Amino acid sequence: MECTRIELMPAVHLTCVQTDKFKTGCLSINLLRQLNAKEASKNALIPRVLCRGCTQYPDMHSLSAVFNSLYDMSVTPYIRKKGETHCIGLYSDFPDSAYIPEKDILKRAVEMLCQLLIDPVTRRGLLLSEYVLSEREKLCDDIRSKLNDKREYAISRLLESMCADEAYGIGRLGTLEEAAKINAVSLTKYYRKILAESPIEIFYCGTQNIDTVSRYFISALSALPRVLDPSQLLSTEVITEVGDVRCFEDEMDIAQGKLVLGFRLGSIMRAPNHAAIMVFNTIYGSGVNSKLFLNVREKLSLCYYVGSVIEEQKGIMIVSSGIDVKKYDQAKDEILTQLDNCKKGEFSADELSMAKRTVISSICAMMDSSSGLENYYLGQITQGLNFSPEELQMMVQAVTKEQVVSVAESIQLDSIYFLHNVKEAGQ
Amino acid sequence: MKNIYTKIDEVVIEETLQNGLKIYFMPKEKHFKSYAFFAVRYGGCDRRFEVNGQWHDTYAGIAHFLEHKMFDTPEGNALTTLSANGASPNAFTSSEITAYYFQSTENFMTNLKTLLSFVSVPYFTDESVKKEQGIIGQEIQMIEDDPDHKVYLNLMSALYKERPVRESIAGTVDSISNISADDLYFCHNTFYCPSNMVLCVSGNQAMEDILFTADSILPKAPGYAIKRDYGGEEPSTPVQSKIEAYMEVSVPLFMMGAKIEPVNPGKLRQQLVAELALEMLLGESSELYAKLYEDGYINYSFYYGLETFPDGSFIAIGGESKDPMAVFQNIIESADNWKLTSDREILFEQIRKAAIGSRLRQLDFMEHLCYSRANGYFHKYDPFDAFDLIWDISLDEISEFIKTYFHFTRQAISIVWPDVKQGAV
Repeated sequence: MECTRIELMPAVHLTCVQTDKFKTGCLSINLLRQLNAKEASKNALIPRVLCRGCTQYPDMHSLSAVFNSLYDMSVTPYIRKKGETHCIGLYSDFPDSAYIPEKDILKRAVEMLCQLLIDPVTRRGLLLSEYVLSEREKLCDDIRSKLNDKREYAISRLLESMCADEAYGIGRLGTLEEAAKINAVSLTKYYRKILAESPIEIFYCGTQNIDTVSRYFISALSALPRVLDPSQLLSTEVITEVGDVRCFEDEMDIAQGKLVLGFRLGSIMRAPNHAAIMVFNTIYGSGVNSKLFLNVREKLSLCYYVGSVIEEQKGIMIVSSGIDVKKYDQAKDEILTQLDNCKKGEFSADELSMAKRTVISSICAMMDSSSGLENYYLGQITQGLNFSPEELQMMVQAVTKEQVVSVAESIQLDSIYFLHNVKEAGQ
Repeated sequence: MKNIYTKIDEVVIEETLQNGLKIYFMPKEKHFKSYAFFAVRYGGCDRRFEVNGQWHDTYAGIAHFLEHKMFDTPEGNALTTLSANGASPNAFTSSEITAYYFQSTENFMTNLKTLLSFVSVPYFTDESVKKEQGIIGQEIQMIEDDPDHKVYLNLMSALYKERPVRESIAGTVDSISNISADDLYFCHNTFYCPSNMVLCVSGNQAMEDILFTADSILPKAPGYAIKRDYGGEEPSTPVQSKIEAYMEVSVPLFMMGAKIEPVNPGKLRQQLVAELALEMLLGESSELYAKLYEDGYINYSFYYGLETFPDGSFIAIGGESKDPMAVFQNIIESADNWKLTSDREILFEQIRKAAIGSRLRQLDFMEHLCYSRANGYFHKYDPFDAFDLIWDISLDEISEFIKTYFHFTRQAISIVWPDVKQGAV
């Protein structure tokens, strides 16, 4: 598996992973924006509107007919938050030409993706109002429907509260208030601006080589405007100091309480050891051999689920759990006790090596999936890093106990969020 | 036996052990991980059965309860053992099967040994069963909070008169409180027998090693012949045509559907006809989808498909909608006005290509290869036959399916409305 990255045009890069491992090829094209409250909803709306039609295939009916006849080629809007970089774009996958009669499939996929991105269907120079309004409505539905998944909802409420003064507190889809202000005129103007000035990251994974792929893109993107704004720098604010622990709560009619703790990774973020952070997270809270799972769930039965995730680019860790509301204090104390145990170095050489193997295994599994590779490389780029999955594995292998302890020692509790039943409130 | 599928560049090696266990291996030499899927034909619907001439009734949720408890071993917990050895294990219980699986990028054979032995050797105590009642009780509460589950379960009770699919696979807090260690031993002994199971493996391994491992670990006796009772004849129409509930959701959720008459053999063909018919009627390239989407009646959450359970299947269509009844009526009307036109011929051709493409995509996923192979084994078909069968299906078959199952007398709808009393947070 060979990965190459080249600049196709000013601030347009192509990352190409050439491999014959998959029967499905994939492409993505992403505009990178600095996340902010005013733009987030517009960013989230643009790829959805673009997916509604281009000049050649102006409606869903004609688009879907062409995708079907291209053997279920898919194009999906992708809206991701990588730290405080908002990555908005289109993702496509399609069968490799070896298995279908359509031999030009990659070229067709590149053309479709670029047409959708740079040549949307317009009327008098504007994106179609009916598309903008119906997609805006659906975006609002999606923002509202966060409520349906209580686990995710509790996490997003924690982030909104804990990072209220940081861009990271803004949801991936923006807010209802900002979305409501968007119309075809404002969105068209904004779309033209960001298309011209945003850095663009293109990714390909499949059997073809970078020369072929770049030739297709250079031709398909010949009409892409480029007016770069050098003042637009992508960065993520990392807070390393925390004050008193802040507590937030909401009431809702649910049987199971959701307890979410937000931490800052602290001073280690000045020179983060990526591999040690991954190993720490596995020992502490990710997976069935973690301290949280084995103690809080299995040994003490304090919760139905519990786990930690680390958003390294932002320097935060989230522990989320589903608990019986009566066990709030016990569950919270035990989650913190297990962190203290990591700080004290209370984990064995076996636990360390097991955690390393788990991390390495998850890296290998990621390399077995083209969408996994796509997401990995985009993350590398937004973090300004440049190591391959193979190198990351070696870094993980070299992690020492002291490095893991120093990650743990640096972590501090910032905020606690609790979502619980109306009737049984009282915490 | 080695089956080579040239057009799609896949190989499937199959063997049956002396004890009756079927084993499938699908090589993927270029992948780092390997994947094993060990399934037993025993799920949430297998509540009433006959062994050795005697009928038994068991509590709702017992198959799922058993799945949870199987991970207990005298040494501790198989999840821990597998994870400690670099595997990511998990399990699920559906209405018709219970499956245990893992993927690992190292020590695959050691992990396979662990998988086969913990699934075939039960170890329960009254104390551990008691403790699990607490854990599963929490899981059941979480499921009951889930509006997607509510809308599904309500549809089942609207469609079916007495099928066990009307009840949650996990059971209720009450039903699982009755389960004892002895009940679990009995159900394990009855169902977890080699002749009632299948092992599917995919990855960078060798069949000889898999066979050797399975042969050395698993019991020698094939097990019992089991008769299962899933309830009497079902009428072709639903029990009730509409069922509603109120929960804390932002947008109404709906699920509509119809019972499909069971066929045997011909299950794969029926599935493909259903899939193509749903695509023709409701897929993104249909007129109906465009209308519903553009009028804002449906959004990205819209889905449709055929679901199977033992002794039957149903089509389900659902998602979020501001006006579920409008969606319902539009679908019924569109099916009622269904005619064969030259546009439909073109659409059918495109949809068949798309169906091939979506199956090609699945070949990159070992999970899918193994799961569909196990399903095919239990329902007696080869999932790769679909690549040819798709071209054998006629538009007349599609039309007949639509006319039959989308007739308003066949369809029921379940809706979960936002509970206005609760208010927003």
